[in-house]
Amino acid sequence: MSTLAWKNLFHDKIRLFVTLTGIVFALVLIIVQFGLFLGFLETTANVVVYSGADLWISAPGIPHVNAGAPMLEKRRYKALSVAGVERVDRFALNFVNWRLPSGAEQAIQVAGFDLNGRMGGPWNLIEGSVEDLRGEDTIILDELYKQKLGVERVGETVEISNRRARVVGFTSGIRSFTTSPYIYTSFKNSQNYTQIASGETYFLLVRLQPGADPQAVKAALGEAIPGVEVSTNDEMAKRTQNYWLFSTGAGITTLLGAFLGLVVGVVVVAQTIYSATVDHIREFGTLKAMGARNSYIYRVIIEQALLSATMGYAVAICIGIFISRSSAAGEAVILLPNEMIGGVFLLALGMCVAASILSIRKATTIDPAMVFKG
Amino acid sequence: MQPLIEIRNASKVYGSGSAAVHAVREANLEVAPGEVLLMMGPSGSGKTTLLSMMGAILRATSGSIKLLGQEIVGMKESRLPDIRRNNIGFIFQGFNLFPALTARENVEEALKLKGFSRAKARDEAARLLDQVGLGDRAGHHPADLSGGQKQRVAIARALAGDPKILLADEPTAALDSTSGYTVMEILSTLARDHGRAVVIVTHDSRVLDYGTRQVHIEDGRLAEPVLTEGALA
Repeated sequence: MSTLAWKNLFHDKIRLFVTLTGIVFALVLIIVQFGLFLGFLETTANVVVYSGADLWISAPGIPHVNAGAPMLEKRRYKALSVAGVERVDRFALNFVNWRLPSGAEQAIQVAGFDLNGRMGGPWNLIEGSVEDLRGEDTIILDELYKQKLGVERVGETVEISNRRARVVGFTSGIRSFTTSPYIYTSFKNSQNYTQIASGETYFLLVRLQPGADPQAVKAALGEAIPGVEVSTNDEMAKRTQNYWLFSTGAGITTLLGAFLGLVVGVVVVAQTIYSATVDHIREFGTLKAMGARNSYIYRVIIEQALLSATMGYAVAICIGIFISRSSAAGEAVILLPNEMIGGVFLLALGMCVAASILSIRKATTIDPAMVFKG
Repeated sequence: MQPLIEIRNASKVYGSGSAAVHAVREANLEVAPGEVLLMMGPSGSGKTTLLSMMGAILRATSGSIKLLGQEIVGMKESRLPDIRRNNIGFIFQGFNLFPALTARENVEEALKLKGFSRAKARDEAARLLDQVGLGDRAGHHPADLSGGQKQRVAIARALAGDPKILLADEPTAALDSTSGYTVMEILSTLARDHGRAVVIVTHDSRVLDYGTRQVHIEDGRLAEPVLTEGALA
């Protein structure tokens, strides 16, 4: 590390503060916007991603998982006869009404799953157990929606679709992208709430035998069961994410927000680093007059940029982690996975170095008259 | 004695055709070891351009410029930094010290550029600062030094690596009389006692006595060199 790079940065504390403020602002903006975007993607398809299923059998042409259509349950037996299939369970996801303590109604989505296979069931349970759903009219909901649905504790009785339901557990962090929270119950109970006709289901969730090729089994299922659509878990998740992302104003806004966050962040960092470098332009000109090779000047400038990026990143990521953790208790989650923590660091380094390279040309093509004149 | 700087018919033209500006026209000049050459002339006359050409910062459009016998006109751009680093020390009107570095670090930076190790640069920087009478101010930043002291640090920095040529642009312009005389004494001594060629661009009539020779430049043309009283003494 060159003495000049290090001391140039730390000599003027106010300029350093301004530079770091610019970098931190830009990185936090990027972290928040991308975290919101990732949170959006996860929230739209979490029911699919955490389903534990390998394949989904659905009515053909459904746009996303929240828009399933009834189909005959007996197809389950045909699916079970296909080589490579280990288990096939029914799964229902449907909008119904929840009666609030005030008497008003709140739309919810009832997720009915098979208690033996557990595919499509809840995760992150913090109170109660999935086994408690074996009782009649029992439900599990997420703690995020306690206040919204007027529920305080396990054991409370509520009303769904004019039928009683008893809360037997709570999950943590199972958000719904729509304004309708997910309520988990057994498939059998869900038939009571959603009025699914006997002998019908919304989805069939398939678990493959170990070593089975998902694409091969998918094709075999498609041939064996006419009039259905078979998707891998990833395909169903992507389809759902893409629907909410590209077909709704909220999705496009989130996507644009992430893009603009990146653009604004890059511009702020570029401007900040460029200014910080150009502030030292006379010194670089002096170095050049003294016989410094351009490579030496590049090194000083890039070292300054890397130092600034590292310091700015350290502060920004702490703020980002704090914001991300704070958002966990809210309905709009800002995700900050490890890949993003690493990615933002590389982005910070890349942006700062790129911005400094923009200013390098100015430093290395400096007019000598500028060096000589006071 | 072999001149350290030899300029033959050197010109510098900016632009071309009817928009061409002749900053320096057909300049001829030699500077021998031990000489203090004062280059004088009105603003915009081409003094700094000619100094930049001697310093291998600006390339001549035509003619010949030899530094220590080595032709630099037509030399590859990538070799010019080596010529500057190994042969020339620059002293600027505005001092151009690095404000973030102490006086010693300013000199060390120049020495490290010239290939000195960190430890050797530290010792040599201390010696050079002693040579200009600033050994006791080595740990001070430029902001804590007077104008004269800053210029002496700049001279110590210019001496890093023992260059045979010193090029100074208005070195006394920003100094009071006492500091200006001190700086000129040091530059004269460096030329006289160490066989360096010192070229000084100046408007300052107070420094005339320190020059061994003066040249005047106007509209890019050098007038015949004349001997100064300093040279006759």
